[in-house]
Amino acid sequence: MEKLIIEKSNGARGVIFNGVKDVSSLLDKKHLRKQEPNLPQVSEFDVVRHFTNLSRLNFCLDTHFYPLGSCTMKYNPKSYDVLCSLENFSCLHPLTPATNAQGTLELIYKFEELLKGITGLSSWTLQPSAGAHGEFTGALIAKTYHKKDKNRTEIIVPDTAHGTNPATAAMCGFKVVNIKSNAHGRVDLEELKKVLGPKTAMVMLTLPNTAGLFERDILEISKLVHAAGALLYMDGANLNALIGLVKPVDMGVDIMHINLHKTLAAPHGGGGPGAGAVGVRKGLEELLPLGRVLFDGQKYTLLTKSKKSIGQVKSFWGNIAIVIRAYAYLRQFDGKTLGNIARNAVLNANYVRVKLKNYFPAFFDEVCMHECVLTIAKDMPNLKALYVAKRLLDLGYHAPTIYFPLIVPQALMVEPTETESKQTLDGFIEAMKQIFEEAKKDISMLEHAPHKTEIGVIDEVLAAREPNLKW
Amino acid sequence: MFDASSKETKAAMLKEIGIENIEELFKDIPSNLKQAKFNLPAALDEQDLTKYIKALAAKNKPLLNFAGAGIYEHFIPAAVNALSTRGEFLTAYTPYQAQASQGTLQAIYEYQSSICALFDMEVSNASHYDGATALAESVYAACQIKGINKVLISAGLNPQYKQVLKTYFNGTREIKFEEVSLKEGTLDLQDLKNKLQTPSAAFVLATPNFFGCLEESEEISKLVHVNNALLISVVNPISLGILETPGSYDSDFAVAEGQCLGNAMNFGGPGLGIFTCKKQYVRYMPGRLCGITKDDKGNRCFVLTLQAREQHIRRERAASNICSNQALCALNALIYLSLLGPKGLKEVALLNLEKAHNLAKEISQVKGFSLAYQKPFFNEFVVNCPIPAKQVINKLAKKGILAGVDLGQVDKSLKNSLLVCITETKTQADIERFISCLRGI
Amino acid sequence: MYNQEKCKFSKTHEWAYIEGDTAVCGISDHAQHEISDIVFVELPKVGAKIEAGKSCAVIESVKSASDFYAPLSGEVTEVNTNLTADPSLINQAPHGDGWIFKMKIANAKEEENLLSFDAYKATL
Repeated sequence: MEKLIIEKSNGARGVIFNGVKDVSSLLDKKHLRKQEPNLPQVSEFDVVRHFTNLSRLNFCLDTHFYPLGSCTMKYNPKSYDVLCSLENFSCLHPLTPATNAQGTLELIYKFEELLKGITGLSSWTLQPSAGAHGEFTGALIAKTYHKKDKNRTEIIVPDTAHGTNPATAAMCGFKVVNIKSNAHGRVDLEELKKVLGPKTAMVMLTLPNTAGLFERDILEISKLVHAAGALLYMDGANLNALIGLVKPVDMGVDIMHINLHKTLAAPHGGGGPGAGAVGVRKGLEELLPLGRVLFDGQKYTLLTKSKKSIGQVKSFWGNIAIVIRAYAYLRQFDGKTLGNIARNAVLNANYVRVKLKNYFPAFFDEVCMHECVLTIAKDMPNLKALYVAKRLLDLGYHAPTIYFPLIVPQALMVEPTETESKQTLDGFIEAMKQIFEEAKKDISMLEHAPHKTEIGVIDEVLAAREPNLKW
Repeated sequence: MFDASSKETKAAMLKEIGIENIEELFKDIPSNLKQAKFNLPAALDEQDLTKYIKALAAKNKPLLNFAGAGIYEHFIPAAVNALSTRGEFLTAYTPYQAQASQGTLQAIYEYQSSICALFDMEVSNASHYDGATALAESVYAACQIKGINKVLISAGLNPQYKQVLKTYFNGTREIKFEEVSLKEGTLDLQDLKNKLQTPSAAFVLATPNFFGCLEESEEISKLVHVNNALLISVVNPISLGILETPGSYDSDFAVAEGQCLGNAMNFGGPGLGIFTCKKQYVRYMPGRLCGITKDDKGNRCFVLTLQAREQHIRRERAASNICSNQALCALNALIYLSLLGPKGLKEVALLNLEKAHNLAKEISQVKGFSLAYQKPFFNEFVVNCPIPAKQVINKLAKKGILAGVDLGQVDKSLKNSLLVCITETKTQADIERFISCLRGI
Repeated sequence: MYNQEKCKFSKTHEWAYIEGDTAVCGISDHAQHEISDIVFVELPKVGAKIEAGKSCAVIESVKSASDFYAPLSGEVTEVNTNLTADPSLINQAPHGDGWIFKMKIANAKEEENLLSFDAYKATL
C-alpha cells in the first residue's frame, strides 16, 4: 500500500522555473485565481519514488501472462517505444504546414496503404481514438449513407456483441435490434431474416465473434444484409484471428474498424490511449472524417474540407503516436509472414482449450479461433468464474475476461495471443488445474481469494454507495 | 516475427490438439476466402526498421513554434516520461481486476483529485479522448439533465470543437446549437441575454476563448444561471495556475484539452479530454471513475466505481459508448502536476503571461502589424497583418518559424488575422528572431 | 407498511399497493434479493406520465442496471427521495421504507393484469 501523493506533501519543490516575475498585475484581479490549488508539494525524487512504487502494484504484460479475452494482450515491442517518441514526430504541432510535416504525413499515408492491403477496404481514417470511437464513426457513416432513406432507423446487433455496439448505435440515434445466437454460438440466419428489412441501416458483427468462433455463414449473411439494402459493419476487435489469412472485403464487409492497440501491438497503457482506424469499401470514401492524407505523387497534404464528409470526430488528425507504433509493427511482416500472427494465435488458443477440456470445458465444444470461451463444469455448481479469476491472481496470472459473452454462463474467456510460448501456456494450464482441484477440496478458500495480493476482497458496494472520488 | 515457439514445439502442440496441420484449425472459413493474397512490402528487421522510421522522422522539418489553437507546446520534465513509460503502466490493461491494478487505479484517483483541485470542481472522471469529445459528451449530459435539446455556444469556441459538436449531434441525437456572437474579441453579453430568453439546456463558454481573450466569467455565469441554463466552461488548464477557476464562477461542467499538462504535441494526438462536473451531476457523466474503498482486511484500496452507468452494463441505455480513457496521458498530467505543484504551475502560468505580453507589445511595434483586440489575454492573441496571414506563415516557415495559425481558414473575413501563441519554452532570443523575421516581410 | 399480501404484482417483479385511484410502487423481496446490494436508484420525476410495462426507473447494483417497469399507467405524484441517500432501504424493507414512488392510476382496468401475491409467488 502506498500513501496518496498528497499525503506526502511536505512543502518541498519539484520542478522550479527560474527568472519568474510576478506579472499578475497585467490582468484585472477579477480574472485571477483566489486560492492556490491543493496539489502535492514534494521533491522530484519523492515523485519518482511514488510513481515507481505505484507501478509495482500493477500486473502488466511485461511481468505477467495476461490472457484477457477480446483484449489481445500481445507483446508490445520495445523498439516502437523509441520510434514513436522520436523528437521530430513528437514535437510537431498539428497545424504545422504540410511542407514541414512530410515525414509524418508520408507515414500516415503508407500506413493507410498497408491497411488497404490487409483488409481490401479502399479508404481509411485514422482519426478515431479507440475502437468504440471507430464504431461511432462507422455508424455515422451509415447514417449519412442512408440520408435519403429516412426509414432506415435500425441497427441489428447479435446478443454476443460487445456492449459498445448497442451503445454506439443508440448514440447515433438508431434503434437497436438485438438478435439471439443459435445453439452453435453463431448468428441465427432465421432470426436475422426476421428482423432484416427496409428499416435496417446496418448490421454490426464482430468477426470472429465474441464466442471466439468464425461465422461460417458469413457469405450468406453479407448477401442477406446487402439484399436488404443495409451495410455490414465489422467490429475488428478480433482481427488477430484473421489477419493475413482473410480480407474483410472478401466477406462483404462495407465498414470496419481495427483496434491498433490490439491486433497491431500498440500497448494498452492501463486503459488508453488507443486508436481505432476505420476503413470503408469503394463508394463510401467521401463520407470518411476530415483529415485524411492525400498524395499527388510528390507531396503529402491533409484533406481538411469536404462537403460529403461526416466531419470530424475529434480535434485534429488522430492518435499519431499510436499510429507510428502500428505502422512499425506492420512493417515487420510481409505478405507471407503476416498470416503467422493469426495462425499462432489460433494455435495457442486451441492448445489451451484442449488441455483444459476435462477441467474447464469450452462452452462450444469445437475448434475456436484466437480465443476460447471456457466455463465451469456442470458438476462443480459451487465454483464461480469470479473465484477462478481471483485465485489466478494468487498464482501469478492475470485473470481472463469473465462473465462475457453474456450468452455463456460463468464464462472464462481466454485469449493467449501468438506471442506467448508453450511454457507460459503450460504454466497457466497447470494453475487452472490446481484451482480445479482446490475447488473440490475447499471452495471457501477460493471464495475469499485472492490471498496473496496486497489487497484482498474489495468492498465495491461501499465504493458505489459512498463515492469517494477525490482527495 | 515475434514467434514464441519453435517449429518443433508447434508441431508438438498440434499433436496435443489432435491434428497434424495447422490449417485444420481454420476449416470453418470458406475456402474461397482463404485464397486472399496480401501484397505488403518486404519485412524489415529491427535494425532496418529503426533506420527507416528515423529517416521518415527526418523528413519532418519542425519549426520554432508560435502556434497554439488547442494544442500547446510546454516544457515536459524528464521524470514525466521516465515514469509513465515504465512497462508496469504502459503494458497494463484497463484496471478491471482491482487487485492486479492498484497502481493504475491509485494514479487515476490522484489524477481525478489533482484535476478537481486545479479546476475547483467536485468531480473529474478518469479522462476522455480529447477536449472536443469531452465537450460533446458534457453537452449531451446537460441536455439530459434539463430535458431540453438546445444549447448555446460561444462564437469564441475553438472551431475544431464546433466541428466535433456538429459531427456528434447532427442527425443523431438532434441537439440544436445556436452561437452567441463576439464583440471586439469577447462575448456580446447583450446577445447572450437575448438568446437565453428561449430555453436552453446550457451555454458553452470558452475562456480564454479561441482568439485568446479572457471572458467575464462571473457575470456570464450569473446570466446563464438566472435563466435556468447550465454553464459548461472550456478552459486552458495551464492558465489555471493563475486564472480564476471554473469552479469559482460556478460552472456546472468544465472540460478542457489536457495535452498541455505533460504531454507532447504529437501532431495533435493523443489528447487528454479533461471532464469535470458538480457532484450532483455525476450520474450523467460518462466514462470511467475510480473511488476509494476498503478490502476485507480493512485496507484502503481503489476500484472502478459507479460502473452501472457505463456501456458494458447498460448497453444501448448508456449515455455514451466510451469504454477507454487516455490513462497514460492522464498519468503524464498527474506526474507533471505533482512535479510542479501549485508553485511551479503558477510560475509556468506567469512565464506564459509575461512572454505573451512582451511578444504582443513587440509585434504591435512592427510596421503594419497590430493587436486585433484590446482585451485581457493569457498566452495567445490575434495579430492583424498587412498581408494575408497565410503568406506570413509561409514566409516565416522558410525561416524556420511557425508564426501562428491562419484565421482565414476559419473565417474568410479574418484572412489577415494571425493567432499567435507563446509559452515558457521560448526565450528572449526566440522572440527577437520572430520579430526580426516579421520586420523582413 | 405495504403488506406484500395486499399488493398486486407484475411478472417483472414490481408491486403496487393500490388504494382507490392511487398506488404505491416498489420491487418485490425476491427482486431485491436477486439484484443484491442496491447502490443507486434512478427515480422517475414527479409529474412524469408513466405507462404500464414501460421502464420508468432504474435500479443499480455494482454490476447491473435493472429496469423498473411501471406496473400501471398513470402519473407519478411522489418519489421516495430517501433512496437517494440510502438505496439500501430497498434491500432492508422492499415493502416498507424501500418503496419507490407513488402514483395516480389512469386506468383502473389495468389492475386486472397484475397478479395476487400467491399467484406471483407461484411464478418464482
